Amino acid sequence: MSFGLFNNRDMTLGQKLLQMNWMLILLLIVICTVGFAMLYSAANGNWQPWAVRQMMRFSAALGLMVIIALIDVRFWMRWAYVIYLGALALLVVVEVAGDIGMGAQRWIDLGVIQLQPSEVMKVALILGLARYFHGVGHEETARPLMLLLPIAMIGAPALLVLKQPDLGTAGMLIMAGTALLFLAGVRIWKFLLVGGIGLACIPIAWGLLREYQKNRILTFLNPENDPLGAGYHIIQSQIALGSGGVFGKGFLQGSQSHLQFLPEKQTDFIFTMLAEEFGLAGATGLIGLYVLVICYGFAIALRARSQFARLLALGLTVNFFLYFFINIAMVTGLMPVVGIPLPLISYGGTALLTLMIGFGLLMGVYIHRDLRIGRSGIDED
Amino acid sequence: MPMLKDRDQERQKVFTRRALLLGGAQLGMVGALLGRLYYLQVVEADRYRVLADDNRINIRLLPPPRGEIVDRFGMPLAINEKNYRVVIVREQAGNVPATLERLGRLIDLPEREVRRVMREMKRKRAFVPITARENLTWEEVSRVEVNAPDLPGIAIEVGLTRFYPYSETLAHVLGYVAAVSESELTGDPLLELPDFRIGKNGVERTYDEYLRGKAGTSQVEVNALGRVIRELSREDGTPGRRIEITLDMELQRYAMERIGEESASAVILDVHNGDVLALASTPGFDPNAFNRGLTPKEWEELISNERGPLTNKAIAGQYAPGSTYKMVVALAALDAGVTTPNQRVFCPGHMELGDSRFHCWKRHGHGHMDMRDAMKQSCDVYFYEMAKRLGINRIAAMSERLGLGQTLGFDLPGERSGLIPSREWKQARLGKSWHQGETLIAGIGQGYVLTTPLQLAVMTARLVNGGIAVKPHLIRREAGDGLGALGSNLVPDSGFPSMGISAEHLRIVRESMAAVTNEQGGTAYRARITEPGMEMGGKTGTAQVRRITMAERLAGVKKNEDLPWKFRDHALFVGYAPVNMPRYCCAVIVEHGGGGSAVAAPIARDLLLETQRRDPARGRPLAALPRREG
Repeated sequence: MSFGLFNNRDMTLGQKLLQMNWMLILLLIVICTVGFAMLYSAANGNWQPWAVRQMMRFSAALGLMVIIALIDVRFWMRWAYVIYLGALALLVVVEVAGDIGMGAQRWIDLGVIQLQPSEVMKVALILGLARYFHGVGHEETARPLMLLLPIAMIGAPALLVLKQPDLGTAGMLIMAGTALLFLAGVRIWKFLLVGGIGLACIPIAWGLLREYQKNRILTFLNPENDPLGAGYHIIQSQIALGSGGVFGKGFLQGSQSHLQFLPEKQTDFIFTMLAEEFGLAGATGLIGLYVLVICYGFAIALRARSQFARLLALGLTVNFFLYFFINIAMVTGLMPVVGIPLPLISYGGTALLTLMIGFGLLMGVYIHRDLRIGRSGIDED
Repeated sequence: MPMLKDRDQERQKVFTRRALLLGGAQLGMVGALLGRLYYLQVVEADRYRVLADDNRINIRLLPPPRGEIVDRFGMPLAINEKNYRVVIVREQAGNVPATLERLGRLIDLPEREVRRVMREMKRKRAFVPITARENLTWEEVSRVEVNAPDLPGIAIEVGLTRFYPYSETLAHVLGYVAAVSESELTGDPLLELPDFRIGKNGVERTYDEYLRGKAGTSQVEVNALGRVIRELSREDGTPGRRIEITLDMELQRYAMERIGEESASAVILDVHNGDVLALASTPGFDPNAFNRGLTPKEWEELISNERGPLTNKAIAGQYAPGSTYKMVVALAALDAGVTTPNQRVFCPGHMELGDSRFHCWKRHGHGHMDMRDAMKQSCDVYFYEMAKRLGINRIAAMSERLGLGQTLGFDLPGERSGLIPSREWKQARLGKSWHQGETLIAGIGQGYVLTTPLQLAVMTARLVNGGIAVKPHLIRREAGDGLGALGSNLVPDSGFPSMGISAEHLRIVRESMAAVTNEQGGTAYRARITEPGMEMGGKTGTAQVRRITMAERLAGVKKNEDLPWKFRDHALFVGYAPVNMPRYCCAVIVEHGGGGSAVAAPIARDLLLETQRRDPARGRPLAALPRREG
């Protein structure tokens, strides 16, 4: 039994590299390239200030992803709780720092990058939950007491993030965690019960929200209420989308984007710019690419031989799905604007890094798909 | 460990089932996204395309150049001049105060203007040009251009501004343009442009609609901050229409110079078609100053001036006509048959009526006067007698036929109606009954009677043009295609209607006016025209401004010159020429000028002489003239 990172009884490093899912990597590169083109357009046809930096980040993150993919899945399983607790600790640190007087601070400055613990938590939570349910048998999941720990694991970071306040990320944590509980086999009636209680609690939750969060939700419900204020982003985004039509206005030709009617076009609203310039065709194409990535995630998850690997793979896939679904839903006016970027395309380092780490883990699952792992993490067979 | 395996298989089965369920749910959610995109980008695409264009496209108005105004010979009277202004753009200038300081060394830039620019800077966006100074001379323009490298963000812009080359000479006729006031906004967006000017007085106001033209539009693409990115399309407007007025600029200038420093006015008319050849009112003012914007001090000076430079006295000044009114009384008397031309009236210097005594201007009387002599020597007693025989209402009726006591539909704003009193008028207006004494006073054009110089000119024209009811106008028909609707006083195709007054009676009055100037003893004999063929006829008038009391009369009436300016008599003269074949007439009023024969008649003589000299048709047969015998 070894705790080494790369050594494996069955595979050499070279074999592992050959086992990598190169098609998935190619797919990620294609999506990111679309992102570079959109960042180039967002800067009115300039590589600066966004596209070049994003390319450099992507290159670094791609390398990191490959390294992570080569690490044995059992390593992650062993360290899963530690990573989860570390991420939770970081969340507490920013919370305290924020209270000390840095305002709504969400990141820790590491010099090279600004680390957002809430982003790290998205991966760490999935690791932790996958680890937990790996050790719990199907019958045991039926016991309500067994659910207390996972619910606490979801609830603690979600509350900390909500307090930051970051409604979008908190929502994503809850949804990803719930999806994991669902996949682990928690009885469906329990979800219905919790869902019912949740609906009943909405009035209480409403009171806990900050003013601007309430405004966002109210504005989402009726953007025309405040066309120049809070509703401006949503209205302008829909105008940009709608005016794009089926084939769009052409690359660099989006009037809404380039004449600055569209806010945050390099980050949260980059999908809008894409859909304005390339129309329904371009938007559907990008969604198609995302769906392909999701399909790979499902295939990898279903193919894995251990519960940890399965849950990890599908948890990460669900996480990725939530990213693009929430982002597109919010720019098209289906959801309130909650500040979730478009994965692999929006400008920004932390989200890209987290996503690529996630894909690294996913690919690690693929490479080590045939490993069977015992309930406590000890090799079987 | 089969148990474990079984258990894991069970878990895998659940996982697979639930993964597929989750996958299905995700597919459904992706379907919702696609449906939403389809709705936005296909179903509602047209609506959003319009909204996007509304966002991005701004329509800017291109102000049309204002139509020029020229005189009857095509001399430009109101034109558009290039106005060079220097503008500064904050985002290009960087350090605005330093740039303005450098600019201030090149051109005159008062401290007050610098402060205004800094104020506007704060309110406007960084790319909006702000005018630092207007009306740069060519020299200043070149100085700025040469130093352009040292003046970042400074540019020269060219606009059009109204300019009146003859300034004060035409101020009352042309009026002026000035910035649009709140109450003048009609919803026409053109009026809301910051630099737009609207006609505020004179021809500029009456024909503003024609002079204004139609605005063009320029479609420009703007960004969310309003910055213009590029012009998408441009539709040029229609320039304002050129208007040709009946004035003869040289004659106008001559008239203004001739009446000079006096507070006076003069009108010269073509007696047949009503063309106004000159319309002078002094003192004038500089209409260009209104366009530029008056300072409060300049405005104060203009309105406090007792000679009323802002009033167009030719149409808005109302004066007692004095003896110039005697033609009306004479004609009324003939028309009513209360006298014959040869019937005499004895003038002992005064006339008794009840307890009152009405004096003739000649203290010791004129003796026996027939109509011609009474006119020639302006005998007051003769006309007291005529008035007494006629009664006020018959005098009023004749006055109205001759164009008095009413506005004439002239082309300029501010025309006043004057006043012709009657029994009914006094009862309605003052609530008192008419006294016969007042009829006598009215008979010599004093008392309630008020006329404008324009009315007196029209009266004279109607007296001498063969009896047609001519109306004055300022717009030339030839140039005014389409203007006819507004220039309602233009000669109708059928000619002006006849007044229906006996040609013989008119001839008698006309000949008696000829006697005033051309026979020894006539009140204007000294002011006659001696050039053969250009002789004039006319009538003097002196209108009292104040009542001479009995005490003063006993103490000896003060000479006019000894009175303060405001109490001196108005001097009037109406005349026509040539005496044998009347073509032009003229009315002159000099406020507080003294006697009509000494002050007004010489002016009228010079004006009529100059008018005839400038007549381009001189020496040609008169058959060509639009003439209609009444």
